[in-house]
Amino acid sequence: MAKIPPPTRTSIPSKPSNSAGLNPRNWGLLKDISKNRFLYIMLIPVLLYFAVFHYFPMYGASIAFKEFSPRLGIIGSPWAGWEHFESFFNGIYFWRVVKNTLLISFYELLFGFPAPIILALLLNEVRKAAFKRTVQTITYMPHFISLVVVCGIIKEFTMSDGLINDILAFLGWERVSLLLESEYFRTLFVTSGIWQNIGWGTIIYLAALAGIDQEQYEAAKIDGANRWRQMLNVTLPGIMPTIIILFILEIGRLMNVGSEKVILLYNPSIYDTADVISSYVYRVGLQEFNYSFSSAVGLFNSAINFTLVIGSNWLSRRMNKTSLW
Amino acid sequence: MEWRAGNRSVGEKLFDVFNYILLTVITLCTLYPLIYVLFASLSNPTRYMQHSGILWKPLDITFNAYRLVFDNPMIIQGYLNTFLIVSGGLAINIILTAFGAYALSRKGLRYRKQLMLFIVFTMFFSGGLIPLYFTVKGLELTNTLWSLIIPQAISAFNLIIMRTAFEAVPDSLEESAKIDGANEFVILFRIMIPLCMPVIAVMLLYYGVSHWNSWFQAMIYLQDRSLYPLQLVLRELLLLNDASSMASGASGGEVAVIGETLKHATIIVATVPILLVYPFLQKYFVKGALIGAIKG
Repeated sequence: MAKIPPPTRTSIPSKPSNSAGLNPRNWGLLKDISKNRFLYIMLIPVLLYFAVFHYFPMYGASIAFKEFSPRLGIIGSPWAGWEHFESFFNGIYFWRVVKNTLLISFYELLFGFPAPIILALLLNEVRKAAFKRTVQTITYMPHFISLVVVCGIIKEFTMSDGLINDILAFLGWERVSLLLESEYFRTLFVTSGIWQNIGWGTIIYLAALAGIDQEQYEAAKIDGANRWRQMLNVTLPGIMPTIIILFILEIGRLMNVGSEKVILLYNPSIYDTADVISSYVYRVGLQEFNYSFSSAVGLFNSAINFTLVIGSNWLSRRMNKTSLW
Repeated sequence: MEWRAGNRSVGEKLFDVFNYILLTVITLCTLYPLIYVLFASLSNPTRYMQHSGILWKPLDITFNAYRLVFDNPMIIQGYLNTFLIVSGGLAINIILTAFGAYALSRKGLRYRKQLMLFIVFTMFFSGGLIPLYFTVKGLELTNTLWSLIIPQAISAFNLIIMRTAFEAVPDSLEESAKIDGANEFVILFRIMIPLCMPVIAVMLLYYGVSHWNSWFQAMIYLQDRSLYPLQLVLRELLLLNDASSMASGASGGEVAVIGETLKHATIIVATVPILLVYPFLQKYFVKGALIGAIKG
């Protein structure tokens, strides 16, 4: 953008010089550094942090193409080419982890995504401020409870003598250890996710709802619209941009199913529905020490994810004229 | 508010009734699991084991489980470690995020855009778990509490939020401070941060909650059990069924029985602090979620 030239730069001729140190551009940078030296001092630790803990691991991901041995290090290990990627794509777990990742994401989009919208719409119809505030305060709460505790509660409640089974048994169902049966994992994962995040998710929608012009409601009322019609024709279109942005962002996160929650909840008997790419990376890499193979899987995930983010941002820009960058 | 009962049709009244009932049910469903845990933690373990179905009240109130929790060295040590991680982590988080946010909010800075891209890019692409693990290991941070602090020193997302807040501060304040001889550090700490207190509060909340709740890094980086933060101790107790190591003082068959209520008491002890602070922070986190939303 509009760069303000340093005031004393005019005397330097613009003729390109062979020596890099005398290049006018570098002169400008040096001047800038001396002028803003405190800003640069502030930036040093920040840039160092990103270089060491974000960019160096990106470089380190090259072990996905190597036969990594911790003894030889990242640079010293011999190259292996695409071998690890091939063995992942041809391996028996490839489809399982990809399918599980996509299915859990899909169910989260299908059920988890609309849940806070519905709650926000219901809350918006409440006129007693105290009631509304109480509902909000309580539904935000689980968002702040740690995942370990949430998973502990899930485990406790889903045991064959746990609360959920007590209720099911009371209704005449058979008792099952829900976390040991693979068919229930996705349901439990998504439902508990809704429990934990529904209230938190409403914040943005409630703000969007508050931003809708009240005159539109007046106009709709004069036209004889009842509250249902008002919701369909005024409220919903009013928050549509917010919904679309969040939906597209959600698609960008498709491959990032919460690995922490999966790792806390799963066990070998339900791997066939519970094992997702990121939990697989953790297990193969840090528990079974197949570092290179695991990095290849991780890199595959990062690459797809990156593509999805770029793609969804592009989509968001086209549809909304809003984008992340 | 505008409560004009007279104007409303039967259908609308019906909807209102339905709406209030539905919202009440949702609220109770959110709250009940926690109430259940609270009641269970206060119950007599034997009676609790025999019980099935919904708990309406604690069965034979007893505080034994809590006594065991507070007698337990692992939990106390876990609390202490978590306290160190949260306080040390927050100090580093806030200072470094403020440095980056402030420097990058100054329009005079060269390559501001490029530097911003350098940081933002890390939000979308990462080297993955294993290379990060080797980076932390290579720096010999593993098996120290630093491994839970330094690798999470800055969140690019939070940096963007803070930068947006700093950009909103009028330039004239900075200029007049400069005329008075203030350097950038003085401007940041004496002008910017005090003016952006609500955003700092949001940052404290976001970073604080994430430190308080984190366990995964501790699991992969720490071997020494005396360094375990509270959440990792909780994981052993709640998810790996390692109650035996927790119920010190109890013997044999008692362990299983006491273990049941001990779990619940531990959940309460580990959750109450965050639930106590959160009503006070509510106004901030609503604000934080909104600033976050604007920036994506």
